[in-house]
Amino acid sequence: MTNSTPAAVDVRCRVNGVDTTLSVEPRTLLSDALRHDLGLTGTHVGCEHGVCGACTVLLDGKSVRSCLMFAVEAQGAEISTVESLAPEGQPLSPLQKAFHEQHGLQCGFCTPGILMSLTALIREHPDAPDDEIALTLDGHLCRCTGYKNIVKAARAAMRA
Amino acid sequence: MSPHPNPPPQAGEGEPSRGRHVGHSIGRVEDERLLRGNGRYVDDIDLPRQLHAAFVRSQQANARIKAINIERARSAPGVALVLTGHDLGHLNKPLPLLGPNPALTHPKTQRPLATERVHYVGQTIACVVAETRYLAEDAASLVEVEYETLPAVVDLGTAGQVSQRVHDDVPGNVAGAIHDAIGDVDAAFKEAAYTEKLRLSIERSTASPIEPRGVLADWDRKLRRLQVWDSTQAPVAIKHGLAKMLALSQEQVDVTAPDVGGGFGTKIMLFYPEELVIPFAAKQLGRPVKWSEDRWEHFVSANQERGQIHDAEVAFDREGRILGVRTSFLHDTGAFIPYGIAVPANTSTHVIGQYRIKNYDVRATILYTNKPPVSPYRGAGRPHAVFVMERLICAVARRLGMEPHEVRRRNLIPTNEFPYDTGLHIDAPVRYDSGDYVKGFELALKHLDPAGFRKQQEKARKEGRYLGMGMGTYVEATGPAPYESCRAKVEESGRVIFDVAVASQGQGHQTTLAQIAADALGVEFDHVVVREGDASRVEDGIGTFGSRSLLLAGNAVAAAAGELKTQIAAYAAELFECAPGDIVIQRGRVHVAGNPARDVSLRDLAMMANPIGYPGERDGMVVGPAYGDALKRAKERPAAAPMFEARGYFGAGQQLYGSGVHAATVEVDPETGRVRMLKYIVVHDCGVIINPAIVEGQILGGVAQGIGGALLERLTWDESGQPQTTSFMDFRLPTVDDIPEVVLDHVETPSPLNPLGVKGTGEAGIIPASAVVAEAVEDALSPFGVHVSAMPLFPSDVKRLIREAG
Amino acid sequence: MKPPAFEYVRPATLDEAVTLLADSSRENKVLAGGQSLIPLLNFRLAFPQRLVDIKGIASLSSLRREGNALVIGATTPTREVELSSTVKQALPILSEATRWVGHVQIRNRGTVGGSIAHADPSAEIPALCVLLGAEFLVRSPRGSRTAAAEDFFHGFLSTDLQPDEVLEAVRFPIPVAGSRWGFREFALRRGDFALAGAGCVLEVSGGAVTDARAVVFGASDVPIRASDAESALQGQRLTKETIAQAAARAGTRLQATAAGDADRAYRAEVAEVMLRRALEDALDHGETPAGAA
Repeated sequence: MTNSTPAAVDVRCRVNGVDTTLSVEPRTLLSDALRHDLGLTGTHVGCEHGVCGACTVLLDGKSVRSCLMFAVEAQGAEISTVESLAPEGQPLSPLQKAFHEQHGLQCGFCTPGILMSLTALIREHPDAPDDEIALTLDGHLCRCTGYKNIVKAARAAMRA
Repeated sequence: MSPHPNPPPQAGEGEPSRGRHVGHSIGRVEDERLLRGNGRYVDDIDLPRQLHAAFVRSQQANARIKAINIERARSAPGVALVLTGHDLGHLNKPLPLLGPNPALTHPKTQRPLATERVHYVGQTIACVVAETRYLAEDAASLVEVEYETLPAVVDLGTAGQVSQRVHDDVPGNVAGAIHDAIGDVDAAFKEAAYTEKLRLSIERSTASPIEPRGVLADWDRKLRRLQVWDSTQAPVAIKHGLAKMLALSQEQVDVTAPDVGGGFGTKIMLFYPEELVIPFAAKQLGRPVKWSEDRWEHFVSANQERGQIHDAEVAFDREGRILGVRTSFLHDTGAFIPYGIAVPANTSTHVIGQYRIKNYDVRATILYTNKPPVSPYRGAGRPHAVFVMERLICAVARRLGMEPHEVRRRNLIPTNEFPYDTGLHIDAPVRYDSGDYVKGFELALKHLDPAGFRKQQEKARKEGRYLGMGMGTYVEATGPAPYESCRAKVEESGRVIFDVAVASQGQGHQTTLAQIAADALGVEFDHVVVREGDASRVEDGIGTFGSRSLLLAGNAVAAAAGELKTQIAAYAAELFECAPGDIVIQRGRVHVAGNPARDVSLRDLAMMANPIGYPGERDGMVVGPAYGDALKRAKERPAAAPMFEARGYFGAGQQLYGSGVHAATVEVDPETGRVRMLKYIVVHDCGVIINPAIVEGQILGGVAQGIGGALLERLTWDESGQPQTTSFMDFRLPTVDDIPEVVLDHVETPSPLNPLGVKGTGEAGIIPASAVVAEAVEDALSPFGVHVSAMPLFPSDVKRLIREAG
Repeated sequence: MKPPAFEYVRPATLDEAVTLLADSSRENKVLAGGQSLIPLLNFRLAFPQRLVDIKGIASLSSLRREGNALVIGATTPTREVELSSTVKQALPILSEATRWVGHVQIRNRGTVGGSIAHADPSAEIPALCVLLGAEFLVRSPRGSRTAAAEDFFHGFLSTDLQPDEVLEAVRFPIPVAGSRWGFREFALRRGDFALAGAGCVLEVSGGAVTDARAVVFGASDVPIRASDAESALQGQRLTKETIAQAAARAGTRLQATAAGDADRAYRAEVAEVMLRRALEDALDHGETPAGAA
């Protein structure tokens, strides 16, 4: 069963600090628009049903699944992706650095989503206790690391 | 274990297993790019004029195809091509069978696109190529497939007895059978004071890398070249195979595995249908075609594993010494058997593990079912083997009223018996090259503290809390034959490039192989560049699987570095007018032994060696002949290689045996059946450790995957063969909450069978997890008299066990 | 897993929204946070022709105390409810229950009204509505109406809402000060759909229960008041024994549904355990958040 395809609509939003106009079909997922229209491929897609967390970005400062949002819903919103954490020429953020130092990533596929969720947590709660870290991380699946080093990295970044 | 970006100067030098770089937790060179979001996975690559593919997949588990109507799909918006099996012509024959074996009497592999018969829900029937993935999916839903439904073979336990067949010409659904034996098992069972018999099963599971599969292919009509990007563990093998199947020369095909978001075995299939169909479509259209597998597709069409039922027996004496072990098992290979007997053969050779068992008989019946094909998933048949052996150990302990660990202790292979020949022989002799199982076992026991735990357990029970402990030992054959290779070259920049045929899915080869190279050659770590995953750079080798990359490619890198060293020494000896044996290479500089003041950098040496001086900056020439001299030298010895360039190969001749002991404590809530992991202990031995942080990362990841497999993950189908677990909501990977404190410790017995002394370790973390958890739950619920014989254990299973025991 | 094509409209007012929904030439679907709807679309399990996004209607995102009630607008994000000090103070059990809704990243986007209208039997917010006797403010081209939570949930993903109706807000009555409460749920992993869960609010006066409310959710196709347990507790002193008896009475009457590996008997058993533990939480520390299952 297919419905007819409506024309593309313009979506004005701010992505990683840059005013952007996207021209997308209404059904275009925000994850696809970021990746394939804007070339921001650091945001990864692992399940397209909101469980794995690889596509997590910040929407007006809050962590959300970009696979569970249509790009049209981002009208007027401020979006941050992993590419915003350490723009070209800038050193890694303390959180990114902690992931490197604690061996908090292996294949790196889930990592950008986790970095975005933790970035939001650190902003809201710079000295979050372990159970708050866990409540943020339990919205992410990582199949490589067994999570221990991710938790260590999050703690280290909080101390940094 | 906090890694440091640069090794401390001189740290550990002089110790046999530590160099300036080897043995240190050097931070990964891969990280910065990945952390910035600059990774490049297959779906990240968008080419001009690119089209997108979606597959039409079987909705039936076992059916004849009466008709496939593609007309509506063909005229749907944005559609460029719709392919069925007929369109593939002669290419639509069964895909390759890896490792044919006489034991495999009825091998079956699938065709790229099914035309007459489908054998599992998810099997590829047609491919739709359109301007966007959205449009491709729209059109794929318009392809009408008319089926004649046949009854499905779903249950492994009865697959060999039912009248319905997965393949019409395979009687009893039997793909093949394995038998191996050592000693005189019948006599051992006859003479033994006791025997125990258990029926044990492990259900089907899957690796679930977070990046699904993906293929992007581009055929250049003008140059007649095919470029493929594939989320695979074996780009080199895909290149060679694709060239053969598409009747191209190997030179015409380039295959790259860019960043790959996890593999765990799932991404080493040669071939998945999509890996042939997408290049075919690109070739036909003359436009790039991309297929990015989605999660639903991954659950219904990527290969899976586990799935065995064992009837196992053990014979033992009054002291708990095991006299004989027998197991006869059913192995579920799904609808096809692309990997031959690899998984059940691994099971058969890993049952006896660390125990000195002289009488052993194993029989496997490999059965087809109407489910996705089975190929190795991290552990690859070994978790099943360890589960069987350790369940038998617990049965022995129960019968004799002993602690299971005491039974283990009495049966471990003594340290003075290495190398230990098990007497088993499937494809190659099963011979443990080195190990100290007693040391590892006692170390794990120390961490577990069984006596202390028993007191804690007693106290908790009085409070109505149920704690338990479990343990498991294993060996792991690592580094499957035949070999891996490396091509190395000193650049004029002074950097040394090492190209290898393996590929990384997170293992950090660019770091570990560079550590090996830097020490083997005598250069700084940051002057080494390791490149992998690109079949155009090095064409000899297979890929990453079977815990083999560090072991085989690592030694190939060391061999190539050794050859470079010989070339450099020969050239420098001429320069310094000394014997090549007197040349020392240290930290990227070359000098004569005993005279470090007179030295030259490797960079300058590389420039001197090459008579072509490319335009650009030329500086740092502190010593040595002018370019004219180099030119003269080239004229005098025109045949001499004008640069330092080397090949290295390594094959170990047999698999090398890593080993380890895991233990865990759990708490079980008998009201809900929930099992909470309290602590997990790992003591392991992978020979010489190149990078402790990376080894520990591999172990921690494996442990988490093992805990998932033991407590959360199970693939299910209904009786008509419809999959019931097709999302991350139904198939539950562990999250951060599910992983307890993990204690890691090491034993290091270098392997005598390779220059680096290393063994593989990629799969070690997962192997004994189910065995350990089973024992711990059984121990926790011993007041209820619960026996665990099937994994995984969901809370509802635990409740059922309590109910049945009571 | 790409959604089928649809038209997208974003009305600025509720009137506009219900007018659009009343246009039966198209199959319309209300889009709020989308955290349940979009997975269904991505799996192509739903094919609405037009999505009416109500997040542009400013009046629907609100959270305020009105006398003895807490009124929450339909598009208020779940996370806002969870963190709201008003909610923590007036209705701590709601604050606790929202912590169990999916994960933080889902709660940031998912809405209170979306959860209610979606009516997943495992969902926490509908369960709280039934427990507390909430009222729903519903708008349609025909005007406004209120619907009682107890009659609102008809079955699995099925409610009293008509195709041209929009849920505007939910009004939770606030239990009398000092009421004791407990909330528990059981899922294989934190954030998963609950296999079973339970909540309770108890008024205790002079050592005896004067008003008992309890709900069981997840185990059957709609959240249901555990009226057997409620009546068993009425007038009783709260002790481990009276609680266990009340939970057992509810448990024997529970019509659970099977789900995946969890058969009906198992779900019923876990539901009873959750109910008992929720009641025990009320006994022990009713005025502080309860612990995990």
